[in-house]
Amino acid sequence: MSEHGQPHIAPLKTYLNVFAALMALTVLTVGVAYFDLGAMNILVAVTIACIKAYIVILYFMHVKYSARIIWLTAAAGFIWFVLMFALTLADYATRGWLPFPEAW
Amino acid sequence: MADGQAHTPNLAHHFDSMDQQRESSSLGMWLFLAQEVMFFGGLFVAYGVYRFKYQEAFAVASNHLSVAWGAFNTVVLICSSLTMALAVRAAQLGDKKRIIRYLVATILLASLFLGVKGIEYTEKYHDQLVPGPTFQYEPDFDQYAVPVTAETAHPNFAGHVHLFYSFYFVMTGMHALHMVIGIGLMIWLIVKAQRDRFSREYYAPVEMTGLYWHFVDIVWIFLFPLVYLVWRH
Amino acid sequence: MSAQAKQENYLNAKHTVASWLFSLDHKRIALLYLLTILLFFVLGGIAAMLFRVELLTPGPAVMESETYNRLFTMHGITMIFFFLIPSIPAVLGNFLLPIMLGAKDLAFPRLNLASWYVFTFGGLLGLGAIIFGGVDTGWTFYTPYSSTYANSQVILAALGIFIAGFASIMTGLNFIVTIHKMRAPGLTWFRLPLFVWSHYATSIIIILGTPVVAITILLVAIERIFEVGIFDPALGGDPVLFQHLFWFYSHPAVYIMILPGMGVISEIIACFSRKRIFGYPVVALSSLAIAILGFFVWGHHMFVSSQSMYAGMIFSILSFLVAIPSAIKVFNWVATMYGGSVKLDTPMLYALGFLGLFIIGGLTGLFLATMAVNVHVHDTYFVVAHFHYVMVGGMVMAFFGGLHFWWPKITGKLFPELLGRITVVIIFIGFNLTFFPQFIVGYLGMPRRYHIYPEEFQFLHVLSTAGASVLAIGYMLMAVYLLYSLVLGPKASRNPWKAAGLEWTTPSPPPTHNFSEPPVVKFEAYAYDEEEVYQDDAEPGDKGHG
Repeated sequence: MSEHGQPHIAPLKTYLNVFAALMALTVLTVGVAYFDLGAMNILVAVTIACIKAYIVILYFMHVKYSARIIWLTAAAGFIWFVLMFALTLADYATRGWLPFPEAW
Repeated sequence: MADGQAHTPNLAHHFDSMDQQRESSSLGMWLFLAQEVMFFGGLFVAYGVYRFKYQEAFAVASNHLSVAWGAFNTVVLICSSLTMALAVRAAQLGDKKRIIRYLVATILLASLFLGVKGIEYTEKYHDQLVPGPTFQYEPDFDQYAVPVTAETAHPNFAGHVHLFYSFYFVMTGMHALHMVIGIGLMIWLIVKAQRDRFSREYYAPVEMTGLYWHFVDIVWIFLFPLVYLVWRH
Repeated sequence: MSAQAKQENYLNAKHTVASWLFSLDHKRIALLYLLTILLFFVLGGIAAMLFRVELLTPGPAVMESETYNRLFTMHGITMIFFFLIPSIPAVLGNFLLPIMLGAKDLAFPRLNLASWYVFTFGGLLGLGAIIFGGVDTGWTFYTPYSSTYANSQVILAALGIFIAGFASIMTGLNFIVTIHKMRAPGLTWFRLPLFVWSHYATSIIIILGTPVVAITILLVAIERIFEVGIFDPALGGDPVLFQHLFWFYSHPAVYIMILPGMGVISEIIACFSRKRIFGYPVVALSSLAIAILGFFVWGHHMFVSSQSMYAGMIFSILSFLVAIPSAIKVFNWVATMYGGSVKLDTPMLYALGFLGLFIIGGLTGLFLATMAVNVHVHDTYFVVAHFHYVMVGGMVMAFFGGLHFWWPKITGKLFPELLGRITVVIIFIGFNLTFFPQFIVGYLGMPRRYHIYPEEFQFLHVLSTAGASVLAIGYMLMAVYLLYSLVLGPKASRNPWKAAGLEWTTPSPPPTHNFSEPPVVKFEAYAYDEEEVYQDDAEPGDKGHG
């Protein structure tokens, strides 16, 4: 909603377009899973999911028409999640780097 | 107390204006959702770590899930998100009849989703894939195009598959629990709408429930590819 | 008494029990919280005294190992989850935040009341865990001991903490919305008292951190109930993953505990130095810096846990960074006092105690953030002493300092100043006597959580137990004179400390809706050069007798 006064009312067409896009992306994500892209499979899947989430947040959840603090709050949750994931994985990904010493 | 504006019945005493009240509840709801992101986030991190450690086991385990049911449920949930968005739009326009109609549609779609989830859980129960002491799993590598690696040869391969199912049940279960709560909220909204509690000026509960519902949808948007669509080629 | 003395306030507005238990008034809810957390403080304190007695002798003396394990776990769980975390935010924050903002209440009063009920319910489950046999895992619930082997009430305690976590989320959410949306006209962000800034930073940590520990501890409970093996090595589960998730919250939780204390200290130091806090905007922003940086240092709890050395190095470097905003605060408080007309009243003595003890606690934190040193002193009494210097020396000192500072505002009564000062000194001496020997005994190699130890450590342990007794006497003395002042203390005027801040412009105790006229803010925070800001126009008959 805008900072003051009546909130923005999106036209019906916007919602239907978003719905169509979400459906198309669902078909895409299922389809692409059956091709062998190696390590890219997971990246593609996550990217498509992020795009879907982004348009849900933007249009269904009206963040596009919201105050900056709402943008910030919505972003904070996701950014914090990514940081938590990255730092935890920093441990697991580097565990094998240092070989165990041979018996001494 | 000198308030600038005349009191409307829906304005709480400690707010000065409807704008302030509406912005407060909206910010509050978003903070709650940020909290929810981190709540599910803990699960996703744990799942991500194990999937990273036991890639082949998770691939094999995921192949026992039905993509058809998963995709069907994704479609159902996106439809319910659309009807929810339309219910909020109806509330913005002050159209009581449509609010109720769209909310009922959302509840029906949500129930359909939960029904399908029930079918899937039952299948897993029959296959003895429900985690816990009754879990039974014999790996059959010929069935899946998973390359033989150190991981597939791991003596505890079945244990790693068990882990996948622990997460499958906890994550989808937690998601389903959120949906049940959402259905409860929508029933409460329908009762309120019946009693003409909402107007063009005051419909915050509809809007907040809408935000919550879309969040539940987003969780599934990530769950579906991450849990169902592992190593399908 | 003048006719005006009968003025209606939040305490005398209604007297029924229901008017307290179902009150939506943030001030009454704050007092409900105060009673609840003090109960847990006493419980945790009793547990501490019991195991300190056990530690007097090198061998087992008055209890068995199992009892000892349950006692230190009970001490940790009650003190951290049911006392320290809610202490300043839910009591002083709840009471003061809306008043400092010039608002009539928090943004969501019903949520606020609900949070107290949720907290109390969680607390009752925690109490249940103690009554039905206790928990022996330590407050950290490390897996796989907690999830598979521990033969105690882990599930009850875990659920209690899970539920109490939501109370803290509700409070944090309420604070952020209130600070954003309900500031009085003229109260811009950089006019906010530092108490508000530090609560804002705390609330951010609560919102983004607490849910992670909630789901983690829930996973432990689920694993115990359904045997699904999420952290079970037998299935390939990784117990260290639990530690990652646990410390992702529980390290920032240290800042949930200390940041509000820092806010209190800023208020007290400004008031008793009669000066604006030196470098106000930097101090305000350093709270946010601590909140954000504090999230990315959790791995320093796991240097010896099989965590990768490379991750350890990242976490070690990030841990050092937290020292920067903390040091900024300490330096700026000292700079504030420099050249100020410092008055050593009770709250100021607490603040000075905080400064000294927090510096020791903080600097020993740097030892522990250094990987090589950490390996040496990991899980020894050195760590115990370090976090007690921060938690008790820092946070508890700040809590009681704040309680004394705002006691006249909250209760409308003055406490006996001389007794107050004597008590601070007793607490300060008792505290150092308790915990300083623990640095030494830890450095010499005494591990934490053991009650049987080599004889050469006995002297230091006896000192520590003696100190704990002094500390307990200090706290009891405080309880006595505060209760006395509640009943027989002289009436407090509106602004007995001549402090700046919106809370001092409204009567003591404040009326139900906080202000008779919605306030308009015309000055910076702590504008002690403007006489109009801190005057105390006591009504006749308000002062001097009671």
